[in-house]
Amino acid sequence: MEAVGRPMSMDLSEFLDVFLEECFEGLEVMESGLLNLDAGTDLEEVNTIFRAAHSIKGGSAAFGFNHISEFTHVMETLLDQLRSGKRPVDQGSVDLLLASVDVLREMVEGLKTDEAPDDDRVAGLRKKLEAVIASELESGEASPEPAGTCRDTESPGSEGPVRHWRIRLVPGKEMFREGNDPLALIRELKKLGELTVETRADGLPALAGLDPASCHLSWEARLTTAAGEDEIREIFAWLGEEAVVEIASGEASGHGREAQAGPEEAVTEPAAPASDVESKGTGTPPPVPEPESPPEPGKPATKKANGLKAVKSPANRESGSIRVSIEKVDLLINLVGELVITQSMLNQVGADILQEGGPRAEALLNGLAQLERNTRELQENVLQIRMLPISFAFNRFPRLVRDISNSLGKKVELVLTGEQTEVDKTVLEKIGDPLVHLVRNALDHGLETPEARRAAGKAEQGRLELSAQHESGNIVIRISDDGAGLNREKILRKAIEKGLVSEKDELSDERIDNLIFQPGFSTADKVSDLSGRGVGMDVVKRNINDLGGTVNIHSEPGKGSTVTIRLPLTLAILDGQLARVGGETYILPLISIVESLQIKPGNAKSVTGCGEVYRFRGEYIPIIRLDRLFGVRGATEDLYKGLLVVVETEGRHTGLFVDALLGQQQVVIKSLETNYRQLEGVSGATILGDGQVALILDIPGLVQLFHRQIHRPAELAAVS
Amino acid sequence: MTTSNAFKIDSDLQAELGANQYLTFFLGGEEYGVNILKVQEIKGWTDVTPMPNTPDPVLGVINLRGTVVPIVELRSYFNLPKAARGATTVIIVVKVEDGRGGTRTLGMVVDSVSEVHNIPGDEIQPPPIGEENDRGVIEGLATVGERMIILLDIDDLMINGVLGLARKTAEIHE
Repeated sequence: MEAVGRPMSMDLSEFLDVFLEECFEGLEVMESGLLNLDAGTDLEEVNTIFRAAHSIKGGSAAFGFNHISEFTHVMETLLDQLRSGKRPVDQGSVDLLLASVDVLREMVEGLKTDEAPDDDRVAGLRKKLEAVIASELESGEASPEPAGTCRDTESPGSEGPVRHWRIRLVPGKEMFREGNDPLALIRELKKLGELTVETRADGLPALAGLDPASCHLSWEARLTTAAGEDEIREIFAWLGEEAVVEIASGEASGHGREAQAGPEEAVTEPAAPASDVESKGTGTPPPVPEPESPPEPGKPATKKANGLKAVKSPANRESGSIRVSIEKVDLLINLVGELVITQSMLNQVGADILQEGGPRAEALLNGLAQLERNTRELQENVLQIRMLPISFAFNRFPRLVRDISNSLGKKVELVLTGEQTEVDKTVLEKIGDPLVHLVRNALDHGLETPEARRAAGKAEQGRLELSAQHESGNIVIRISDDGAGLNREKILRKAIEKGLVSEKDELSDERIDNLIFQPGFSTADKVSDLSGRGVGMDVVKRNINDLGGTVNIHSEPGKGSTVTIRLPLTLAILDGQLARVGGETYILPLISIVESLQIKPGNAKSVTGCGEVYRFRGEYIPIIRLDRLFGVRGATEDLYKGLLVVVETEGRHTGLFVDALLGQQQVVIKSLETNYRQLEGVSGATILGDGQVALILDIPGLVQLFHRQIHRPAELAAVS
Repeated sequence: MTTSNAFKIDSDLQAELGANQYLTFFLGGEEYGVNILKVQEIKGWTDVTPMPNTPDPVLGVINLRGTVVPIVELRSYFNLPKAARGATTVIIVVKVEDGRGGTRTLGMVVDSVSEVHNIPGDEIQPPPIGEENDRGVIEGLATVGERMIILLDIDDLMINGVLGLARKTAEIHE
């Protein structure tokens, strides 16, 4: 096996990222396609998988990653047998191909991290694949290709009798610029059989009009081979859209399917040769064969068209989208953020002008109102660009659930709903791991074995549902199972053991259920591969909190549990509550606010070593005076004159004491790290309508900062 | 192709010319200079949003056309006595290299800007060693006419000096 990252003759490194991305997409297509093969066999589905494998093979060969292209080639051979119907789709080959997809993914990931793949595993899997391929072909004359020699030549002879083919190639002007080499194509053709090639120079313009970087030549070839049309066509698969490739069988004998496409028809079909003659000698730019691909419906080559049309269809499907770097989108989002700020500044000025009156004030205000509408719409739409359907995160679950339930011996039906619900790309990327953990947990601890289910009077097959939907500006993801539910007694016992709660506490069922999100909590009797190491649920909660979201679990004994995750749609903007402290305005994330209240006399107490506390719903919560914590001057001192904003973080309530609340608005989040550094207790900044910067508070950080200051006041006082 | 080459030469030339040009400003009666290529703009005094738990010389942040830019009080950084903000008080916004391939934009409050001087490299003297208040951010000293100008290494001052101080402050609080 070759070393990873062989030096490349050309500098392809800038395309490498695109290639890798496409590889991962291709692998996903293959995986989901293979999973669908379980149910029933649709040849088009196999074709999709085959195409994905084929482009990975082609791409990796172009980059010189021969270990990948060779491995993919073997997979492709098996897929080819499946799609041609030579081999029935069975569980064995699907499992084998799924395992190959995993190995292939590891190899591609290895390119990213410069890690060499596990050669033994690759070789082992490859042997298995080859064995399956060979077992099928034992009646045929061809044997599987030995390792290391796999190139783009499909094993000749697999397509039946030797035939004569006429191939006409008009590659189009752009051929060289696209990095294609006609000679290489001809050499590939030659590998298939006996070949004679004629070069046609009739498209060549006068010397004055000749662009040496353009291809004006065309070729006609006669090939005698046993290979089928698909194999010939495959050689030209990397030509651009402009290229015209006509392949006609000279001998229709044996295979009636070529009867319609006689050689004469095929050669005279396009209008290109005629226009060649006209433009000759006039010095006009060289003739371009019309970028019409020959296999259009209704044209003579209809039968052949099927092959090419199938290959092209993915490109057609994607023609409605473009690939843009995320930086460009983020720049756009930033600029629109500026626009929103400018617009609200103008609104304030407009309001002032209206008070002064004047004939044109009304017109100005109308214009401003329209500007505001358009700006909001623009912002919404620009933020939409970063949105992707949650299916990108859900897609991995059919496979995961299948594998895990097989290994646990459980029967599980997975139901996905709301896959098209859109969410910001960053949120999407970060929610994947927590979701995997929750699904594993549900499979491992939630759902019972078939026997246990039968005993409990339930269907043997458990049900796991993942759903996503939008709810008041948030995305809500639910993971529900119809398993045994949480064992509250066990949780409570464990929590008391760990000192998380005391025996005297009277906890609601919901409180008990949500104890599982506390650090170091696991009630699993045995530690398994999957979960039950006691790390996990707290990590899940932390990851979700980091995204500005919340998670909680609702469980009914014997009926199952539902985990509900609530996340902001985007990380670029935030629903904020503006609060005034002294002369400063701070922004509190609305999602963490429980309640805002005025302190009643007698309800606030000073406790030695703990600062001040407030009795909130029967529990004593610490009061954080923001002015003292942040060193702001001129803030309200009297607790009964300001407001207490009760916030929740990590299941605990804390009161933030502020002078007044100013209003709620969506704010564009700006990082302080860009030009300064991260500040504790502050998650970022934003620009208010009046052009001033306001800091956005990071509630968990703020609470931590407060607790440290309480514990070391003297030390800090000495510093400042 | 020729135009882009010409442009390149032109910008090279400009960079070379600019390399010798210094924007000078006053601070406590002394004239300081910063390389003009580092200066992004000069802006009038504007209200600053203070940030919690930052060192004294860091006044806070301002909104510079949508970018959040920290503002440094140079008087405080150099331990000079405080002065009232006057009509000439300005913020010089500089773009400095952080030494890791990135740039940062910061603003510094000065008493007033003076002018732009052309100071060739051979006319810059190394800073006298052992001075108490240089803090290692002085690129050198130059004489223009009869006046001495203290040339600041603004990358060092902002990245190692100011942001270094901010890091230490944050560590104390942690």
